[in-house]
Formats: sequence, C-alpha cells, structure tokens
Amino acid sequence: MNTLRKIAVPTAAIVAFLLAWELLVWANGWPNYKMASPSDLGPAFVKYKWLFLEYGWQTLWRTIAGLLLAVVFGVFLGMVMGFSRIAREALYPLLVGFNAIPKATVVPVIALLFIGQHDLNTILIAFMISFFPIAVSVSIGLSTLEPEYRDILRSLGASNFTIFRKIALPKTLPEFFGALKVAVTLAFIGTNLMEIVEPHGRGLGHLFDSGKINADYPLMFAVLIALAVLGIALFYVVVFLERIFAGWAERTPG
Amino acid sequence: MSLPIALEHVTHAYATAAGPLPVLDDLSLEMPEGSFTAVVGPSGCGKSTLTRLVAGLMKPDRGVVRLGGKPVTGPRKTVGMAFQNPVLLEWRTILQNVMLPLEIVGSGLSKTQQQDRARELLALVGLEGFEDKKPSELSGGMRQRASLCRSIVHRPEVLILDEPFGALDAFTREDLWQTMHDLRAQEKFTCVLITHDLRESVFLSDRTVVFSARPARAQRTVEIDLGPDRTLEDLYAPRAVELLAELRREIQIAQGREAA
Repeated sequence: MNTLRKIAVPTAAIVAFLLAWELLVWANGWPNYKMASPSDLGPAFVKYKWLFLEYGWQTLWRTIAGLLLAVVFGVFLGMVMGFSRIAREALYPLLVGFNAIPKATVVPVIALLFIGQHDLNTILIAFMISFFPIAVSVSIGLSTLEPEYRDILRSLGASNFTIFRKIALPKTLPEFFGALKVAVTLAFIGTNLMEIVEPHGRGLGHLFDSGKINADYPLMFAVLIALAVLGIALFYVVVFLERIFAGWAERTPG
Repeated sequence: MSLPIALEHVTHAYATAAGPLPVLDDLSLEMPEGSFTAVVGPSGCGKSTLTRLVAGLMKPDRGVVRLGGKPVTGPRKTVGMAFQNPVLLEWRTILQNVMLPLEIVGSGLSKTQQQDRARELLALVGLEGFEDKKPSELSGGMRQRASLCRSIVHRPEVLILDEPFGALDAFTREDLWQTMHDLRAQEKFTCVLITHDLRESVFLSDRTVVFSARPARAQRTVEIDLGPDRTLEDLYAPRAVELLAELRREIQIAQGREAA
C-alpha cells in the first residue's frame, strides 16, 4: 500500500503535468515551431534515439565527474573552513564572490583556456557551479559541532583525526547530503552551459543547440525532458546513498 | 584504581575582548582517592573551568593540577566525563555509544569483552533491553543514564560530572541520584561533581566545596557526614537539613547577599 502510493502519487503528478502542457498547446493552437507538445516528443526521441543514448551518456558521465570533483574539493574546503576560524574568515568573502559570478560568463573563459578539450571544459564548469553548497554545508556542520562532543573524545587523548572520523564526519553527513542534492542539479546546469556554448562539444547540450539551429522544436524539448530524467535519476541515487549513510538522521514520522 | 586529585594555587583567566577575565584565583583543593566531591557556587564562577583543568583540556595560567601526585600536562585516558547535555552519537546504538571510550583508549579488551562490559553497566543503570535502540528513541533521563555509563566504561580513575542532572525534571533527577549511588558502590573512581542543586550535593558527595563568585576560590568546604548508605529519605532528616541550611548560607555569602 505504502510502496504503491510512493510510486502512484508522483506518477499521477507527472501525467497531470503532461496533460496540462498538451492542453495548453492544443487550446492556443500553437504550431510546432512555437511550442512543442508532449505528443511531439515521442517521435523526436525515436528519430534520434542513438544520439540521445550517446550524448545522454556523455552528459551524464561529465556531470558525475564534475560532481565527484566538487565533492572532493568541497569537503576539503569545508573541512578547512570548519576547523579553522582564520581560514573561514579569509575564505568566505572570496567564496561568496566566486559563487556570485554567473557561471555563464566563465564558460567562454574556460572554453578559450582549454580550447578543444571538451570533456575537461565541461567537467570544470560542472565542478565550479556545484562545489559551493557542499563546502558551505560541511564547514557549517563542523563549526557548529557542540564543544562537548569534542571534549568527550579529547579528554581521552583522542587525536583530531580520530575526533573527525568518529564524530565530526558522521555528524556532518546529513548536511552534506542535503547540499549534494542541490549540487546534483547545479552540476547538470554547468555541464549543459558548456555543451551548448562549445562548438562540436557533443553531449545533450550540443544536441539542444543543433535542435535550435535546425528549428527542430520537438528535438529541443525532447532534450530538456531527457535532462530532467537524468537529473531525477541522479537525485535519487543521492537519496539512496543518504538512506544508507545518514539514515539515522531521518525521524520516523508520527 | 582511583587517584587523588590536588589543585595547588591554581589561577586562571580567559582572554576576552575586554581584557583578561579572571575565573579562578589561587584555588587549592584536595580530593582524596575514591572520594566524591561536589562543587557548588554562583553561576559563572568558574566551576566548569575547574573540570576542564582536571580533565587536562586546558592548562592553568599559574599553579598545578595533580592526579595521583603527577602534574596534569594534557588529556589522559584515565578520565571520564559527563555533561548536562548527554552528547550521545545519534547514529550509534546505545551499546555502541557506551563502548566509544573503549575504542579510543585501547583497553586491550576483545570486542566481546567490550560489549559485555557495556552491557553490564547498562544493566546496572536500568537500561537492560535498550542496548540496540538509537538515542532518539530514549527519554532524556535514559539518555543521561547511557551517558553516565559511557563516562565510566573504561574504568577511569577520575570521573568528572559537569551538571549531568541539571536538565532533568525533579523526579527523574532523584532516580539518577540513586543510580549514581549504585554506580559508586560498584565502581571505583575519584569523582568531582559540578552542580547547582544543594540537595544533590548533600545526597551524593562526601564533601561539598562552595566556590565564591568569580574569580572563584574555595570559600568553604562542608563535610557531608551522612555515611555511605544514605537514602533519599535521609535528605529530610535533621542532620541533612542542617547541612543544606549551612550550604545555602554559604551560597548567599558567595553571591554577596549576606555578610560573612
């Protein structure tokens, strides 16, 4: 019953959304080149299925690579800022400033810097756009650790590393996974920014761009849907990992 | 084994934006082996500083803290601590929480022996059957019981209790006093208890030290001569009431509300 509901409710919501979309296009009598409707998407997917598979895979692995980089760097930065007050004071303005820069403006810079290296470029942008929430959440998680937690281990002569491993790290995991959920969607934005801008960049972003050039609206919308599906899939991978590693933080309802 | 604690002319100040804030002023105290000392005093008088010094988490500006005759230079494995906040690790079961110090100090016990030791203590404080529960499934009093078990699981020579019963309701608190009595009958340690509750100090301690307002010195030491087998009922006997009145008077003096 519960499992059924968990699947049925979101499915019904998606179907309702698609119906409303179809209805909107139909009621306004919009032609294909103004706004594609869900019924146009099926043929587009079938027509370009091999491109979707190949480019979808490209986008996916680039995003995951950027995300992994963001996790490693973000956790490291968060640890530095979480444990050292001076580092926190020094890095915060720098970090906020960097995050405030629209990444779309960084795209041409990176594209020129590593010209032709599509994989590297794309991964870099995905990384840059997604490490910020991870770094901030880890640093806040660590810096707000109640001193008593530290004291119970420190009074036994435990090293800082032991304290980190036994207490700080597990205690920060719920915040980390919260940030990772945000970072997943951000990383997709980063990947596609680069793929759209770079010529011959491949990936779903490139497919979107060629749809735009050929005024193939069903293709463009199909790419958007494919991106949404990938985003949802990766998001639920993170949710799954969260259940395993930080499931203790979830309160049973009621 | 348990160790005598000695503080010799300990003076300490915290550096603040407004200059040094003296908290302890030429404080000297002796706590014999196996004794139970309660420390009471006005809020913010430096009682918690005392615990951090004894635990080796801080060094005093001047003076020496000795455990068993040797100066304390840093944290040592023979100390146990419990705070007002039980600070249990939410992702561990109660049993795993109690076993935590054994993982740190390298007790030389096998995993099974560690578990047996933790189970034995949990049974002693009435938490039998809750070993595999998570802290969030327990009440505040039960969590504090588990925290007490954790503080003594590695058989520390010195046990430092910083207001461990302060956040509990009155009835639960009395239950835990009784538990503390039971633990003390079973385990050997020299104990320092920081508290704001005079009845608590009279029920649990061998002697109660009244601290003056900041910077703290030992204003008065009251021997609690009620014997080791005291019960909660004894708190209403004339001798206990006398002691309570005496302590209360000393606190009033410490707060500057009554002339010495």
